[in-house]
Amino acid sequence: MKPIRELNPQFLESKENKQHLIDYLLGVADNYLILAQRLGELCGHGPNLEPDIAITNISLDLLGQVRSFYQYISQIKGDGSTEDDIAFLRKEREYRSVLLVQQPNTDFAYVIARQFFFDVFNKMFLNALQQSADETLRALAFKGIKEASYHERFSGDWLKRLGDGTEESHDKAQKAVNDLWVFTDELFQVNESDSAMIDAGVAPDMLQLREYYYEKVENLLTEATLEVPEVPYFQKGGKNGLHSEYMGYILAEMQYMQRTYPNSKW
Amino acid sequence: MSEAEIKSLEAQFEAKIANDEKIEPKDWMPEKYRKTHIRQISQHAHSEIVGMLPEGNWITRAPSLRRKAALLAKVQDEAGHGLYLYSACETLGISREELYNQLHTGAAKYSSIFNYPTLTWADMGAIGWLVDGAAIINQVPLCSTSYGPYARAMVRVCKEESFHQRQGYEIMLSLCNGTEEQKQMAQDALNRWWWPSLMMLGPEDKDSVHTEQSMKWKLKRKTNDELRQQFIDQTVPQADILGLTIPDPELKWNEEKGGYDFGPIDWDEFWQVVKGHGPMNKKRLDDRRNAWEKGKWVRDAAMAYAQKQNERKNKQAI
Repeated sequence: MKPIRELNPQFLESKENKQHLIDYLLGVADNYLILAQRLGELCGHGPNLEPDIAITNISLDLLGQVRSFYQYISQIKGDGSTEDDIAFLRKEREYRSVLLVQQPNTDFAYVIARQFFFDVFNKMFLNALQQSADETLRALAFKGIKEASYHERFSGDWLKRLGDGTEESHDKAQKAVNDLWVFTDELFQVNESDSAMIDAGVAPDMLQLREYYYEKVENLLTEATLEVPEVPYFQKGGKNGLHSEYMGYILAEMQYMQRTYPNSKW
Repeated sequence: MSEAEIKSLEAQFEAKIANDEKIEPKDWMPEKYRKTHIRQISQHAHSEIVGMLPEGNWITRAPSLRRKAALLAKVQDEAGHGLYLYSACETLGISREELYNQLHTGAAKYSSIFNYPTLTWADMGAIGWLVDGAAIINQVPLCSTSYGPYARAMVRVCKEESFHQRQGYEIMLSLCNGTEEQKQMAQDALNRWWWPSLMMLGPEDKDSVHTEQSMKWKLKRKTNDELRQQFIDQTVPQADILGLTIPDPELKWNEEKGGYDFGPIDWDEFWQVVKGHGPMNKKRLDDRRNAWEKGKWVRDAAMAYAQKQNERKNKQAI
């Protein structure tokens, strides 16, 4: 892992750098937001009280992360915009969340598989982000890593239970894994802002961890007696603002109050 | 057991309660005491679980990130309350599965207030302020009830409920300090939740079938009418601070009794909702049943996996 080098204090004086950093942070935090929103839909509808509570917990952890990232973004922007402006008042194309986190809660197997694919990535990401040249990001990564480790254990354990449980649960888990697999690669997509931040030492180069990610995921799938899907192509788009058809509905619901009652305090 | 032995056990049991000692799961208890406690604790647990639904309805639409996180945390608390109340109930010799079954078949009741819909964001404020407020008044005396596991669970429940109530009131305060539209939203929520909240404290004493026995067992320390009066007296000044009007034209301070007089409660409506004819009775129960039925394969998988793991461990041990 790269040693920490401190960011040059003049770095953010460049307008271009500033915009890249903001875009980069949105690419991270929007995933947390949309996944937290999806998990929030499940509150009170879990298969039992314990997983219901655990899933709400994960949603809460992600929301906590979102708020820290958005607060940092508004600080960088310095234009008086708040975390809520960033969360609720952007147009669909301006969100940077990957397609994976937008996928619906089709059943518990989808919820778990989606979560697991994201959690393995997120834990690796936060681990690497602790070496960022940006002090705030190091602190956020340090705070988030404990939660992310717990999330990965939760979703990984459940994927094993479902895969190696009953025939029915195995089939459902396999279907969810197959359907969601095409969205995994987008997690590693590098855009212009990411490149700029990698060069500046702010962002970890996740592409270098891609192989390790698939190795980890495939090991667990095998342990869960599930087959590793083979797909000829991966789906991408969300990170560049081209989202799934679900996204508009997610935002319509999420933004409802802010859009209906603009300029109000809650 | 001879009749004399039972008499002696009964006497010991009554003496314990009179001395404010706790009854614990392994202690002898009269069958009626056990049944009454299963009924009340499970009803309470069911209310927590069904109560997650009306508030859960606003999680995805909460107007700010802070409110969304607070609401999620609150609904999660309700799930936690359900969890330890079900556990307390299980110590009386009934399984969680049986308890769910009683809820799903309609054999067990839950608090009727959750059969009203949550139509605006202000309902999140009104529920915290009024519904949790009424619940606290109902529940604080239970912290010293005679059945140990229930009393201990209630200590924690009450702490969290009082936090919820403050949170609800704070939502109302923000609305009332906001735009005219927000204030109207708050008033509308108060109008809809006020009377059901009063009903939450139970039928009038003259119509309450369980009060006498429950007072004896310290499952109840005050009568429904006393609790209702306490709730009204504490809530009216809070509404004044908000600048909202309680939707009761007959509400008036009575100097002589040192409390408010209030208008008649529509008990017909109350009994209609109890019987299942409230606006959301069907939806709430359908949601609970659906979650349970759709979750069966998940629970089965967890059981099957645990069994396989055990078998593997045993094989390794050989």
